[in-house]
Amino acid sequence: MNKQYDMLSPEALGKIDREVAKYPADQKQSAVMAALVIAQDEKGWLPKETIAVVASYLGMAPIAAYEVASFYNMYDLHPVGKYKLTVCTNLPCALSGGVHAADYVKEKLGIDFNQTTPDGKFTLKEGECMGACGDAPVLLVNNKRMCSFMFPEEIDKLLAECN
Amino acid sequence: MALIDTINPLLTTGWSKGDAGWSLKDYEARGGYAQLKRILASKMTQDEVIAEVKKSALRGRGGAGFPAGLKWSFMPKAAPEKYVVCNTDEGEPGTFKDRDLLRYDPHSTIEGMIIAAYAVGAKRGYNYIHGEIFDIYQRFEEALDQARAAGYLGERILGSDFSFDLFAHHGWGAYICGEETGLLESIEGKKGQPRYKPPFPANFGLYGRPTTINNTETFAAIPFIMGMGGEAYLNLGKPNNGGTKLFSVSGHVNRPGNYEVPMGTPFAKLLEMAGGMRGGRKLKAVIPGGSSAPVLPADVIMDCTMDYDSIAKAGSMLGSGAVIVMDETVCMVKALERLSYFYFEESCGQCTPCREGSGWLYRVVHRIEHGEGRAEDLDLLNRVTDNMMGKTICALADAAAFPVRSFIKHFKSEFEYHIEHKKCLVDPEVQRAGSGFFRASSAAGAA
Repeated sequence: MNKQYDMLSPEALGKIDREVAKYPADQKQSAVMAALVIAQDEKGWLPKETIAVVASYLGMAPIAAYEVASFYNMYDLHPVGKYKLTVCTNLPCALSGGVHAADYVKEKLGIDFNQTTPDGKFTLKEGECMGACGDAPVLLVNNKRMCSFMFPEEIDKLLAECN
Repeated sequence: MALIDTINPLLTTGWSKGDAGWSLKDYEARGGYAQLKRILASKMTQDEVIAEVKKSALRGRGGAGFPAGLKWSFMPKAAPEKYVVCNTDEGEPGTFKDRDLLRYDPHSTIEGMIIAAYAVGAKRGYNYIHGEIFDIYQRFEEALDQARAAGYLGERILGSDFSFDLFAHHGWGAYICGEETGLLESIEGKKGQPRYKPPFPANFGLYGRPTTINNTETFAAIPFIMGMGGEAYLNLGKPNNGGTKLFSVSGHVNRPGNYEVPMGTPFAKLLEMAGGMRGGRKLKAVIPGGSSAPVLPADVIMDCTMDYDSIAKAGSMLGSGAVIVMDETVCMVKALERLSYFYFEESCGQCTPCREGSGWLYRVVHRIEHGEGRAEDLDLLNRVTDNMMGKTICALADAAAFPVRSFIKHFKSEFEYHIEHKKCLVDPEVQRAGSGFFRASSAAGAA
C-alpha cells in the first residue's frame, strides 16, 4: 500500500473500495463523491491534502477531485465546529418558520451564518432545499442527521443534547 | 411525515404501516415483485412492456411531464451497453414525495427500475439520491441488498436470461443535479453541470451510453401499471393525464404532507384534504408545481384541477407536484426574495445569462424588499429575465425567471407599494405571526 494513503484509515479505504465496486472497472472516478464524504467524516473537514489523497486513490487528477469538492455545498473546505447545523431558509420552510428558526439558533449561539462558536462546538450554515418541506422548520446536524419540526422547544433540546 | 389522506391509493398503499412496512417481506406480502415475476415467466417482449406503459399515459413525475413509455421507446435496441437511472435528487423547493416513497416503499421503485431495465435492455442502473436525506440513501442500499439476496437483482434474475444490477449513488448538495444531464455528470464523478441537448440521454447518457432516466415516482408507478394494465391506470386520471399523483403540500395549511390523488382532482379538494388553511386564514397564492412554476393567485388556483393540462391552461406548471400554499400573512416581495436567492445560490455558473442574471434578480428583489427599490426596478427585473429565458443550456435560468415574472405580474401593486413606501404592504408583525414559529410547540409537529 502506498504510504500517502496512511492519511486515511484502513476502515475509510475499505468503505471507499465498496463505493468503487458499484461502478464499471474503468469508471473509478464515479466514486469520488462518496469517497470525499467518507474522508470528510473521518477528518472533520477536507484539507487540500486529503482531497489529493482521495484523487490519487481513484486515479484522478487532484484538481478534478477539488472541482467536485468545491462544487457541492456539503463538502467543508474549511474547518467546522463539532456540530455543523444547517438550517433550511427556502420559501416553503420559511412559510412555516425556517427563517425564524435560523434567527433563533443565531441568537442562542451568538453567531451568524458561516461562523463557529468560540469553543469550536457549533458552526451554523444556511441551507437550501433539503426535500423535507412538509416537516418545516428543518435542520441538518453534521450533514447526515435531519431534524424535523424544529420549533423553539425542540431547538433548545437539540442544542442541550450536543456535547 | 407519513401519508395523511388519499383517494385511490396506489403508490402509497405500502405507507400505512409507516416505518414498519418498507422491507422486502412487507412488499411481497402486498403483491410486490409479482409483476416482475409475471413478465419474466411469460417472456413478455420488450415492446409489449413499453406498449403497456404508453397506454397508461404515465407522464414523467419529476417535473417535465414527458410521456414515460415514449421516452423508453427512444432507446436504441442494438446498443450493447445501456443504463437505467433514477432521479431521486429531490431538491425542487416544495417537493418531498420521493423521500417518502423511498422511506416507506423502496421496493416499488426498485421493481419499477428492473422492469424498465428489462424493457430497454439495460444491464446496470443507478438511483441518484439527494445528499440531504442520507438516512434514506442508507435504507435504499439495505433494500437493494434484500432484493439482491432474493434473486430480483444480479445475474439471471429468477432463473431467466435477464441480468440487471442496481446501485445507489448519493448527491452532496447541488440543486442542479436534479437536471438529468447534470445528474449523469455527477454520477461520472464530476461537477454537475448540464450538457447540451441533443444528444439526449437515450442516445448519449451515462458514460456516453444510451440511458433511460426517470423520476422516482415514475418508476414506482410501473409495477402498478403492469398490474392493473395501462388502460385501467389511465382511467384513474383523465385523458392525457393518466393515473394518480403524489402532491407535496407545504406552507400555510393545517396538515402539510404528501397526498396521493387521481389526476384531475380539484385543487379545492386537495386543500381540504390538507386540513384547509392554517388558522382559518385567507388563501393568497399558490405555487402549484415546485418553486420554478409560476405563482397563481387564489382565485385562479381555486378553479383549477390538479393535472398537467389544467395547471398549464392557468399559466403555470404541474411540475413535480409540489404545492406551496401562501396565506394573507405573506409579503410577496419577501417570498420572491427567498426564491431568487435560491436560484442565485444554485446556478451552476456554466452559462453567463444564468450565472449573472440570477445574481441580478436576487440583488434587485433584495433591494426592493429592503426599502431601496427604484421606480425602474420592475422593468429592469423583466428585462433581465428576457435575457435569461431560453438562452442557456438547461432550464435553471427559466426556473429563476418564472417566479420573478409571475410574482410581478400577479402582485404588482405589492411591489410598487414596497418601492414607493420603502416597506411591506403586509405588517411585519402579521408576517412574523404567520409562520407559527413563536407560538408553536412540539404538539404541532407530532400531530
